[in-house]
Amino acid sequence: MHSAWQKIVHTWPLNRFPVRLFSIIWVRLKGAGRDIAPILVVIAFFQLVVLRQPFPHLGEILWGILLVYLGLIFFLEGLEMGLFPIGERLATGFARKGSFTWLMVFSFALGFSTTIAEPALIAISAEAAEVATEAGFIEQGDESQSRYALGMRLTVAFSVGLAVVLGVLRILFDWPLHWLMAGGYIAVIIITFLAPPEIIGIAYDSGGVTTSTITVPMLAALGIGLASTIRHRNPLLHGFGLIAFASLLPIIFVLLYGIVLFRS
Amino acid sequence: MKSVFNELGYALLLSMRDILPILALILFFQLFVLRDKIPHKSRLAVGFIFCALGLGLFLAGLRKALFPIGEIMARQLSEPEFVAGAGGFAQEPVWWAYGWIYLFGATIGLATTIAEPALMAIGIKAEEVSKGSIRQWPLRIAVALGVAAGIILGLFRIITGAPLVYFIAIGYAVIIIQTMFAPRYIIPLAYDSGGVTTSLVTVPLIVALGLGLSQTIPGRNPALDGFGLVAFASLFPIMSVMGYIQCAHWWDQLKGRQQLKKGRS
Repeated sequence: MHSAWQKIVHTWPLNRFPVRLFSIIWVRLKGAGRDIAPILVVIAFFQLVVLRQPFPHLGEILWGILLVYLGLIFFLEGLEMGLFPIGERLATGFARKGSFTWLMVFSFALGFSTTIAEPALIAISAEAAEVATEAGFIEQGDESQSRYALGMRLTVAFSVGLAVVLGVLRILFDWPLHWLMAGGYIAVIIITFLAPPEIIGIAYDSGGVTTSTITVPMLAALGIGLASTIRHRNPLLHGFGLIAFASLLPIIFVLLYGIVLFRS
Repeated sequence: MKSVFNELGYALLLSMRDILPILALILFFQLFVLRDKIPHKSRLAVGFIFCALGLGLFLAGLRKALFPIGEIMARQLSEPEFVAGAGGFAQEPVWWAYGWIYLFGATIGLATTIAEPALMAIGIKAEEVSKGSIRQWPLRIAVALGVAAGIILGLFRIITGAPLVYFIAIGYAVIIIQTMFAPRYIIPLAYDSGGVTTSLVTVPLIVALGLGLSQTIPGRNPALDGFGLVAFASLFPIMSVMGYIQCAHWWDQLKGRQQLKKGRS
């Protein structure tokens, strides 16, 4: 099956690097394109068929899409080169190590640090701060705006850290997920009635925003690693469920953040 | 040109700061707790720089493209001239006048969810473990339909200005009831499917759609009504996945019974 081209590539090591680089770039181009292409197709359809209006700032938006595309390529490549392999090794390492305290510390730190780096959360918290400033909920000015956004991100990251700790405890002690979730749901509803209206929308959204590109694979690695190391644990029954907590607890904590911020 | 580079440099520094906690976590736990070497140091370093660079570019592009696109689409599709013809509104518009924006939101939800890689991974896993009674494609379609339905209801809420909490409370109640009847092994997977659907590109677009819509609809305040779409888009897949699994379960039982009957006769 060795073609002449492959022979050249194998016998001349200097040539292998560009070929590999090219194949990496190609895989990434396809992967990131799959994220963006459906959106572009839908928008193009609505613009051309339904709206038939000139699209404002088209040049700038196309440039922005190019940046998003390139950004996704680098970001995903970087995650898979560096962070994911070693992160997954660590997660399974801690699952096997058997030290309860370190497992708890690691779980919290994993949830916290992956959430701080989550791009969707960075973007949405900045947007929320801008909207809140325009509505006059927080003081005018860049500083108060970025303080609000950072406060929100730290709150969400803290709550995801707690969520991972809770999820790991559930795996260890075999607590039923649905009872914990039902309790969490009831807590969300009760706290909503105490929370100021300014925070409710963004609080509910924060749950879905946090569990994205970095958090999901890392938490899945930790959950499945734990479930396959501990005896009498089924990877499907116990390995999943971390993400469920990580999308529930931020709602509660951002609501509390709003209570502290707007009601004091 | 210089200001562009300054901006990019600043964005790069900011994104380095955002990724630093993960790097610190990995280094600390690997070196001091597990007392292990750091494997592939150069790969880790290059990966870290790639991540920071990608994050900076992505966020810059997001502000230039994804947010504006969402807001422009919302505005154009909900403008009085577009919704009610050249004269604009004669009176306060009713919620069903905004058909196109529902369709747009639902299509975006469907299109982005069907191809979501994280969802494919979960689908494959579910097919494996349920021994074929849950199939990958119907599961993915169930999730995508859930996202679309969630976005439609979320848009309806923004247009009518109804309080978010009632919708969510009813959603939670439905999920709890479904949980009581669902086969136990599938519950964690169903609950996770809600969080998985909302991807990096979809979330900013949907948020911008909601904010833009709440700016054009008369009587809505973006800060109070504009958010909530992501919450719907991550709540409804839980319902639709459990619904699908329930149906698949019943279908299996039905087939089992029929086969039993055939065997007897």
